[in-house]
Amino acid sequence: MGAARGLARRASWRWPEIVFWLVAFGALLMPAGKYLILNEIAILALFALSLDLILGYAGIVSLGHAAFFGAGAYTAGLLAKHVTGDPLAGLALAMAVATLLGFLTTFLVLRGSDLTRLMVTLGVALVLGELANALPHISGGADGLQGVVMGKLLGRFEFDLFGRTAYAYSLTTLFVLMLLARRIVHSPFGLSLMAIRRNALRAGALGVPVHVRLIAAYTLAAAYAGAAGALLAQTTAFVSLDVFEFHRSADVLLVLIIGGAGWLYGGIAGAVIYKLLQDGIATVTPQYWQFWIGLLLVAFVMVGRQRFVGGLYGLLALARRR
Amino acid sequence: MATILFDGVAYGMLLFVLACGLAVTLGLMNFVNLAHGAFAMAGGYVTVILMDRWGVPFLACLPAAFVAAAALGFVLERTLYLHMYGRSHLDQVLFSIGLVFMAVTAVDWAMGSSQQNIKLPAWLQGRRDVFGMQVGIYRSFIIVICGALALGLQLALTHSRFGSRLRAAVDDARVARGLGIPVSTVFAVTFAVGSGLAGLGGALGTEILGLDPNFPLRFMIYFLIVVTVGGTSGIVGPFVASLLLGVADVAGKYYVPALGAFMVYLVMIAVLVLRPHGLFARPR
Repeated sequence: MGAARGLARRASWRWPEIVFWLVAFGALLMPAGKYLILNEIAILALFALSLDLILGYAGIVSLGHAAFFGAGAYTAGLLAKHVTGDPLAGLALAMAVATLLGFLTTFLVLRGSDLTRLMVTLGVALVLGELANALPHISGGADGLQGVVMGKLLGRFEFDLFGRTAYAYSLTTLFVLMLLARRIVHSPFGLSLMAIRRNALRAGALGVPVHVRLIAAYTLAAAYAGAAGALLAQTTAFVSLDVFEFHRSADVLLVLIIGGAGWLYGGIAGAVIYKLLQDGIATVTPQYWQFWIGLLLVAFVMVGRQRFVGGLYGLLALARRR
Repeated sequence: MATILFDGVAYGMLLFVLACGLAVTLGLMNFVNLAHGAFAMAGGYVTVILMDRWGVPFLACLPAAFVAAAALGFVLERTLYLHMYGRSHLDQVLFSIGLVFMAVTAVDWAMGSSQQNIKLPAWLQGRRDVFGMQVGIYRSFIIVICGALALGLQLALTHSRFGSRLRAAVDDARVARGLGIPVSTVFAVTFAVGSGLAGLGGALGTEILGLDPNFPLRFMIYFLIVVTVGGTSGIVGPFVASLLLGVADVAGKYYVPALGAFMVYLVMIAVLVLRPHGLFARPR
């Protein structure tokens, strides 16, 4: 009984969350202007959320999460180009393909040590990138996948030039998937993942089927990443090889770390901060902004990630006590 | 066939010299340093600058590349890496990715993003016919140098006083410190030598691997494969893994060019499925 009540308490909605979603959806009422960057933020946030599921909850460090992002993007793009322009069908298929891919790669990823995982996750993304590059008649090769034409969302809303529909679509997807992630994370399954992250050996001794749980978490995260990729392909009507690039995997790691891993909203907070930073730095030095991002990473780790995130947790705890 | 094998061995030897520093820091010291390629790149650019701008002969550039990269490694180890030893793998990954990003953009800013070329001295160019086999002179030069280095390293690690100190420090830093071994100095010197060797590899490899600001990112996966496939119990494993990787890559690109770099990943997957802890390692 106590455990069930504890889970229910953890899962209850808090007012900052509600305010956040109200503001995010409220942004749709603004006059046209910033929708394009808001859309990018929503997609990046979803991608970071998917990484949070494996890094923050299951404790797997991945250097190639872009593999699933890219797989989702190409699936959605190809479907729209050749079969149907219906966005929701593309989203569903992209998630299915990414899920399958995630499930198949778990057998490689979950072998061996941390170090092997780094290499394999990176390798999987590189293999897919090579594959897309080697099959130009399907993927468009280095020119990218062109001629993606999207239909109307739900048969009613057309994707407009200002990105208003795009933002509404991405944000709604993010919201729905976030609801699902909350439900999963605050279930006994989610708790068992956290136990595995803390101490896999002890979790196993307590009767948690460690390997099966990790496979499930990794597959789920792949599905989320696939959804993020599909959103990018559909809202920009374009897919290029850079969806598989190492930069994308590294950036999403950075995004999640900025926002703090392991509390679901880290991805969203990180995505907002990261995009604003990138926007700010890129206006000063358009070519070399990556240098400052690197410097930020180094400084961030040197000062202590825990101290940043710990401070945040402290604030949250303070807010809860009131 | 024999020529491909030969080129593959040369390529593998080169990979070994590039990655052996990482085999020690990552394999033995269990420190994830994704920025290892940046030291190799430093060596490569030092060579390019010395040869192109100051007209230094190629042979004199090699030690210079070693020294420059080693000095860079030493300084960074003493100032930054030092604080990262006890941290989680995630911290180390983030830290070194940050360094890679900085290195890539800094070099792009200073030297431009184009591919750099060096002009080898005439006596290293061309091919010669040995027992009916076409042998590139420069590649034989690489095999000789890198083979000697590999042998020297293995002897130094297993038979010298420094080697036994290093192995002791890696096995249990606390006990080693208690025995009076200056652990942090040993680590710093090891790190510097590893970076220096990477710099030397970068200098030797400019001709074969190409050199541009993206070098550390392009070869990151190769270094990781060498270390993980080779296992983490010494440098013999990484050596064999480098040769395997070199031959597989060259043969793959020659026989099935459509598959391109896939050969390398196939080898990696095969090894991983059969020996999850590397070719030579005991599971820990």
